[in-house]
Amino acid sequence: MSGNEKFSDILKATPYLEDFFQAFGLPRPGTVHTVDKYFELLSQDMIDNLGMTREDLKRDFFEFKAQLGSLSHHNINSLEIIGGHNKKGEPENISILLSPGDILSVVGPTGAGKSRLLEDIECLAQGDTPTGRKILVNGIAPSEEDRFNVDNHMVAQLSQNMNFVVDLCIADFLLMHAESRMVSNPHQVVQKIFATANELAGEKFTLETSVTALSGGQSRALMIADTACLSQSPIVLIDEIENAGVDRNKALELLIKQEKIVILVTHDPELALLAPRRLVIRDGGMKTLLDRTDAELATLKVLAEYSGKIAALRNSMRNGETMLEKS
Amino acid sequence: MKMITFAGTASCGKTSVIIQLCKELMSRGLKPAVVKFDCISSMDEQSYNDAGITVITGLAGGLCPDHFYVSNIQECWNWAHENEADILITESAGLCNRCSPHIKGIPAVCVIDNLSGVNTPHKIGPMLRTADIVVVTKGDIVSQAEREVFTFRVRQANPRCRIYSINGLTGQGTFILLKQLMEYPEVTGVDKLLLRFTMPAALCSYCLGERKVGHDYQIGNTKTMNFKNRME
Repeated sequence: MSGNEKFSDILKATPYLEDFFQAFGLPRPGTVHTVDKYFELLSQDMIDNLGMTREDLKRDFFEFKAQLGSLSHHNINSLEIIGGHNKKGEPENISILLSPGDILSVVGPTGAGKSRLLEDIECLAQGDTPTGRKILVNGIAPSEEDRFNVDNHMVAQLSQNMNFVVDLCIADFLLMHAESRMVSNPHQVVQKIFATANELAGEKFTLETSVTALSGGQSRALMIADTACLSQSPIVLIDEIENAGVDRNKALELLIKQEKIVILVTHDPELALLAPRRLVIRDGGMKTLLDRTDAELATLKVLAEYSGKIAALRNSMRNGETMLEKS
Repeated sequence: MKMITFAGTASCGKTSVIIQLCKELMSRGLKPAVVKFDCISSMDEQSYNDAGITVITGLAGGLCPDHFYVSNIQECWNWAHENEADILITESAGLCNRCSPHIKGIPAVCVIDNLSGVNTPHKIGPMLRTADIVVVTKGDIVSQAEREVFTFRVRQANPRCRIYSINGLTGQGTFILLKQLMEYPEVTGVDKLLLRFTMPAALCSYCLGERKVGHDYQIGNTKTMNFKNRME
């Protein structure tokens, strides 16, 4: 792109470029201006206030424009975790192949190395982390760019420690996220995430609710719906979903429907059994990979009944009723 | 010897990130030396000492901290060299958001945390905009959505940088930062190198200790706010 192009043409083709001017607090370019003319006309004072030089600013504009085109979805057909070694240096002898829509649960005592595994996946390790593991995407080692480019990241994370900190209502919050993802129909996406989150949440909320006022379960529901519908990352790492205020079954179904690869660290037996495969971590290494058996499916059914009973009792309690087990 | 300049807003996790980085370096048999620049007394030297890291603190006191930084940087280099360090890391707070300690030819890292709010990347000046690498911390406690928005805003403010997410408490992500930093070449000194951006100018009566408010007491390089529409 040259500096002779008119802004009217540029902004028509890439409307999100306006963000650049907003971000720097610069006046909106007049449509008759060319790029060169615009940057020439900016007052020296304004440039000084930005803490940049005129040339830097112009270069950043072109760079920003170039990157708008590169924000794209990843196509992942497979993710393969190839074992390295545990803390004692013993080989792991395990490799796990995951496809879109797969869920893997990761279990083991605290300090066994579950987080280390998530970290290896997050940085798409290539034998260069302490575990020596390798992560292949679509059967090959990902490029350095794919590994380290945070803003084009393949991995989204959801953990129980996460909170919303921004002081916005849900509608504005989701819109802000949609715009940063540069989707073409942000308002529709906002509606979709909002509706989905409410389906997952035990207690309903409105678009005008402030995100910081949401309960733990509602927050989790909104985060899951947002990650499923808006995050470009095809891999979702989850560190526990609490068993209150959010429908965990539906949440996982939603992520599967969006073709995410879900890796779920948990200490909760029901959540662990929702995954068809279960990876056991011990001594910093991947010890065994278990397939969920039919007998375990029966266990899952029993656990689900318990959960249902607990949920019913919670409702009775909240409604001020006597807390009796209903059969 | 290699050298890295670290800058970032107050309490964003600079020291934690540097300590994690130093631990990784030391586990590879390399010796880091850290210079911590601050204004008034800092407790961070103790944190470095506890981690077994060679450290010295430079307190700017009544001087502009960044002017203080640049007028001491050659001596810092000499100090690290005499201590036979493999890598010199400087840490400074860029307190007025207008300063930047970054030097041409020396890898520059800006640390910024997710908790500081989604508008912060736009508020920080040259220390973010001229950095080669931006480290975003405290990503483990905010939502994925906020992290994505935050990263996007950093990208707007500095389209050329590499952005890494690091957990200063656990060190998650440090490994990648180190890998990237080790690719920068060694430097033989900082003499005659150029700052990436000018530091704020100031030479007025207040620099020299004036405390009275009012027109009659302002002498030197001062500037009056524009109270008219600033887009005019």
